[in-house]
Amino acid sequence: MMLINCPHCGPRAQSEFVYERTVDSVAPAGASNDEAMQILFTRSNPRGVDDEIWRHTFGCRAWMVVTRHRVTNEISQVRAVGPEALP
Amino acid sequence: MNRYSAFGLLRGALNGQKHWQPAWRDPEPKAHYDIVIIGGGGHGLATAYYLAKVHGLKNIAVLEKGWIGGGNTGRNTTIVRSNYRQKPLHDLFEFGLKLWHNLSDELNYNVMFSPRGAMFLGHSDADMVKLAERGDAMRCDGIDADLMTRDEVAKLEPLLDMSRSARFPIEGGLIQRRGGTARHDAVAWGYARGADSFGVDIIQKCEVTGFVRDGDAVVGVETTRGRIGAGRVGICVAGHSGHVAGLAGLKLPVESQTLQAMVTEGVKPMINSVIMSQSLHCYISQSDKGGIVFGGDPDNWPSYAQRGHPMVMEGAIAQGLALVPALSRLRMVRTWSGVTDMSFDGAPIIGETPVRNLYLNGGWCYGGFKATPASGWTYAHTLATGSPHALNAPFALERFMRGATIDETGTGPMPNSR
Ligand SMILES: Cc1cc2nc3c(=O)[nH]c(=O)nc-3n(C[C@H](O)[C@H](O)[C@H](O)COP(=O)(O)OP(=O)(O)OC[C@H]3O[C@@H](n4cnc5c(N)ncnc54)[C@H](O)[C@@H]3O)c2cc1C
Ligand SMILES: [Zn+2]
Repeated sequence: MMLINCPHCGPRAQSEFVYERTVDSVAPAGASNDEAMQILFTRSNPRGVDDEIWRHTFGCRAWMVVTRHRVTNEISQVRAVGPEALP
Repeated sequence: MNRYSAFGLLRGALNGQKHWQPAWRDPEPKAHYDIVIIGGGGHGLATAYYLAKVHGLKNIAVLEKGWIGGGNTGRNTTIVRSNYRQKPLHDLFEFGLKLWHNLSDELNYNVMFSPRGAMFLGHSDADMVKLAERGDAMRCDGIDADLMTRDEVAKLEPLLDMSRSARFPIEGGLIQRRGGTARHDAVAWGYARGADSFGVDIIQKCEVTGFVRDGDAVVGVETTRGRIGAGRVGICVAGHSGHVAGLAGLKLPVESQTLQAMVTEGVKPMINSVIMSQSLHCYISQSDKGGIVFGGDPDNWPSYAQRGHPMVMEGAIAQGLALVPALSRLRMVRTWSGVTDMSFDGAPIIGETPVRNLYLNGGWCYGGFKATPASGWTYAHTLATGSPHALNAPFALERFMRGATIDETGTGPMPNSR
């Protein structure tokens, strides 16, 4: 189990969180249909570090962006999601 | 190839079993192959076997970064079935199931296919309606499916908790009697031995680290054992599809996730079929060695770690114990996991990519072992002819951009909510 440092609640067990999707899969508001399809239906899926959207569902219920290594599980950053955090 | 037989065993008994030969060679890579397959799992090896056997091609290599069968092929819970809902899936998996029934003879290698029945339990009226629908869809396509009453379920699996106060009450089930299990390693080894006997080079400890390009075409691969030229290249790396396709600049409709399994100490026969559930995230079978094999849902977040989290394991075990309380007496002896390639409609991808001469076989999610023969057969056809077999035509990569997904659960590009 991972320990995720919620920006609002501090370090909490992963079992309190739910993974939603990667940051690169969120289409910006003005995207065309083709762009939105491309963004929704492909992932860079790196064997390394990626930015992921998680939610502290069984805690403060806030969304956050977790920067995590997909092989070591090391979390290098957790930041709160505000209007500027997503594309 | 030295054919295996009971007579051979007997003769071996007289001379101390000294006649055994390695089942495949360990060749040095050549400078060029007509077809290079990346990934020595069951699918890659089956592809090579059918390329040689059915299409008569000679100059083929399978490149494996570790040892053959060391990926998901050697880590899966070996459930073989074709009980899906949609026609393209019926056609592909049923074609595969027919090949399974004859596979040991075909390969002269005992893959221990055991059609003991694959049963889904229903826990509510809604579950039973869903199961009836699925059974009807299967029967319409000529696939066997029988809806079971509570009594029939209890008779097949006497150790299920059938009481009305059970945590997950059982209302009935749906069984595909021709489904079952097989020996995973034997599938990889049998195909490897067969392919090798046709001259296919199986090259282990050889990781593909890049592609050699000539304009818009791939003309070879860079590997940890040097550059290897290729006419056509077929990616067949399951959980590593995203990474390897990324080396060619492609972004796939795939997310890699960890899937775990576990097994108990061996006991006398107590689970007769493969028990799955319409509502739960747990499935149970008994291996031929006697161990009770448990599986559940993937760890629902992206991972290439090939090691799972106890939290997810606990969920699967808790449900399993509720279904079969007697299992609580057993000790768990091993747990492990694999990296699965979760596609964005739950169905596989077999076909060409936007890069010329580069083909993709992946997106098998948690269910590709059962498809090993069909996957190899159709991918071999695609690699040999440059165009899809009728069975894999619906599974083209570009279906996602056309909106022509084959989505059994209707969850779209969110594999974690499947
Ligand atoms: C725990 C678990 C349980 C499962 N249970 C079932 C089940 O009950 N029924 C079912 O039908 N399916 C099941 N599956 C899914 C099934 O195992 C897979 O879909 C199937 O085995 C995939 O076979 P494959 O040959 O494509 O992949 P693999 O066997 O994973 O082979 C891919 C190979 O590619 C190699 N490779 C990767 N990158 C490179 C590279 N760069 N260069 C060279 N080689 C590379 C890997 O080392 C690996 O050996 C399960 C999977 C898991 C993990
Ligand atoms: Zn919080």
